[in-house]
Amino acid sequence: MRTDITKINERSPYTDLTEGLQLYAGGTSRLFKTGEWRTNTPVLDQDKCRQCLLCAPVCPDSCIPVQGGKRLDFDYDHCKGCGICVKACPFGAITMKEGIEA
Amino acid sequence: MKANDYSLKTMMEKPERLAPGHRMCAGCGATIGVRAVLRALHEGDQAVIGNATGCLEVSSYMYPYSAWQDSYIHNAFENAGATLSGVETAYKALKKRGKLADKDNFKFITFGGDGGTYDIGFQSLSGAMERGHDMVYVCYDNGAYMNTGIQRSSATPMFADTTTTPAGKVSNGKIQYRKDLSAIIAEHYVPYVAQTTLTRDFKDLHRKAETAIYTEGAAFLNMMTPCPRGWRYDMSEIMEICRLAVETCYWPLFEVVEGKWILNYEPKNKLPIEDFLKPQGRFKHLFKPGNEELIELFQKEVDKRWEDLQYRCARG
Amino acid sequence: MSKKKENVMKSKSIPERMSGNEAVSYAIRQVNPDVMPAFPITPSTEIPQMVSTFIANGEIDTEFIPVESEHSAMSAAIGAEAAGARTMTATSSAGLALMWEELLLAASNRLPIALTLVNRTLSGPININCDHSDGMGARDTGWIQIYAENNQEAYDNYIQAFPIAEDPRVHLPIMICQDGFITSHAVENIELLEDEPVKAFVGEYEPEEFLLNPGKPVAVGPYSVSAYAMEAKKAQEAAMERAGEVILEVAERFAQMSGRSYGFFEEYRTEDAEYLMVIMGSAAGTAKAAVDILREEGHKVGVLKLRVFRPFPEKEIAEAIKRSGCKAVAIMDRCESYNGCSGPLGSEIPAGLYRNKVMVDTVNYIYGLAGRDFTVDHVREIFAELKEVAQGEKEAPNHKYIGLRE
Repeated sequence: MRTDITKINERSPYTDLTEGLQLYAGGTSRLFKTGEWRTNTPVLDQDKCRQCLLCAPVCPDSCIPVQGGKRLDFDYDHCKGCGICVKACPFGAITMKEGIEA
Repeated sequence: MKANDYSLKTMMEKPERLAPGHRMCAGCGATIGVRAVLRALHEGDQAVIGNATGCLEVSSYMYPYSAWQDSYIHNAFENAGATLSGVETAYKALKKRGKLADKDNFKFITFGGDGGTYDIGFQSLSGAMERGHDMVYVCYDNGAYMNTGIQRSSATPMFADTTTTPAGKVSNGKIQYRKDLSAIIAEHYVPYVAQTTLTRDFKDLHRKAETAIYTEGAAFLNMMTPCPRGWRYDMSEIMEICRLAVETCYWPLFEVVEGKWILNYEPKNKLPIEDFLKPQGRFKHLFKPGNEELIELFQKEVDKRWEDLQYRCARG
Repeated sequence: MSKKKENVMKSKSIPERMSGNEAVSYAIRQVNPDVMPAFPITPSTEIPQMVSTFIANGEIDTEFIPVESEHSAMSAAIGAEAAGARTMTATSSAGLALMWEELLLAASNRLPIALTLVNRTLSGPININCDHSDGMGARDTGWIQIYAENNQEAYDNYIQAFPIAEDPRVHLPIMICQDGFITSHAVENIELLEDEPVKAFVGEYEPEEFLLNPGKPVAVGPYSVSAYAMEAKKAQEAAMERAGEVILEVAERFAQMSGRSYGFFEEYRTEDAEYLMVIMGSAAGTAKAAVDILREEGHKVGVLKLRVFRPFPEKEIAEAIKRSGCKAVAIMDRCESYNGCSGPLGSEIPAGLYRNKVMVDTVNYIYGLAGRDFTVDHVREIFAELKEVAQGEKEAPNHKYIGLRE
């Protein structure tokens, strides 16, 4: 990253911000944890999951990482708890749990 | 890409080009669509993403947090087409003058909501399409100005209850039917226009996005992406809402390739429009006793447009 | 950083006759910018036409975008410049007004776009002739603005535009202004420069960060919460302040190449002047001609011709007025502000005098709106009135229209 956003905050003097508020980097939003917005939390039952991956593309928040043809656990740092993945799963492997904890 | 080559597994393995941490609402349809469009970029190809002002823009690049892995430019509300046409032209100029190497391939994709596309950005879009820039304009159509709080647009369906067409004692919501922007852009005779939405395996959207990106010249993708806040349905039901839009022929899947109209999906049993309207709070007033004729009117309009589309596609 | 210390290639002068539009187009041919989006509007239309002809004949290889409006011209210019291409456009009047939102964005995104403004009145009533209401309407958009008296200055200013705007201390868009028809269409003598020295002077555009930089993504145009937006505006303002020194450095290099010197303004026979006229654009030529006649007749009068309007050289103007020791100043506005009391220069110059504690009588005149003639006789009348005001024989007729039927 050419712009280190950890060095930019709401106390930075104007001379320390990037010119025109351009960002010389990509994907810095990862550092913003939208998981705190969640009121309900999806939980994956590994035994029921058949790795069909139908849940992965329906996530509005890119929170279902896929590696080696298999989905990994949810990215709870960012999951907003919308529950779309629950409905997308044909095998009932995802359930919503009340609260922010998985 | 041949239709048979599509594999969800392979696609989901690709590095994510829209990072998490953006501030779109929980359950937002737009970002699901954006992710699918970006997956259609071939690995190794870089992109410059344009964006009209709207939900997607204010939520995906809030300084200093950008969700975009690729270069990104937001300019204003009404000019996403013109802005990206400038970027694309710069690419031509820099390539021609040897300031970019042959191997440095960039693709150009711009996103706008229906406000920025059908309405305020219509002229800018039309100009960019007519000039034939090698770019894709993707409208994420959620049928109202959602960013400012659910005001009607020319993409809003008839009778929808919005904050500027509220259903009230003497009003049944929006009076007009929606503008058919896909057809209007097809009339520009650009090489590729397609209408798509979120489907179970995303094959339709993926294939169309890939075709749009890798067709030389201007391409337009109209992608219906429901908004749980504006449409007032249970946010987890987005995929079902999209399915019903397609099965009722409210939102048919078609493409126009070099002027040839192709229907991509014909429901075996076309569902009644009530099935699409019923789960959505914005149409709640239509289901009051005495309003049956409004649903009939809606059905008639859907039928008429579906027949028109079938005719166009039969003609080829 | 600055190129001021580099050796400047000297150029021979090539005497020629051409209009202001031809002169700027000639400069564009020499610069050969990467991208030019433009939409025709009188009286700047000839510029995109001539550039298109250069391209059609293979004289330059600029990518021309025939956009469907001026709004899209500036939008595409922003996209192209952010993408890493040297970009310019041309417009007038309503075209600039239609760009307005984009002018602000070009500046706040810190993009060194060059725009040739051929000044024409804003509607309504619709009229195609010269005044400065278009440029003045954009005076707070964050663009550098340089005004020309004639075709020579329009040409010279244009060549200096990119080195000023692209300087890393500046990174702001720049408007090179000339008076519609009076300068843009009148054919006058001009001294052109050779291609090679001009190309060397302007140099290659090599931005550090840009959208098309392979493997180095950039994000442009964020939503900013209040915690950052005010800081961003201050940073932009600081760049405008720095533009002043860069304009002077570039002018110095330009003088080395061409032998022609420029500053923020020209002081014409201001030494020992009792009465001064501050004026901008082509009418400065009329004012200077009148001053020559009046000096012959024994009147101590002079002209301060403003060249750089943004950044506004407030302190320097105040010092020059003080230095002349004059008794009263006529401030000439080719634009109405509709503020009920003055034109733009009529507001800014007295404010600058006051802030710099230069207490001198000023009278603001409005002249030349929508192409109304401004003559040597008008200048003579104004200086006579100024004298009466300074001698206490007459109350200052502030905000007076010149050449108006009453």
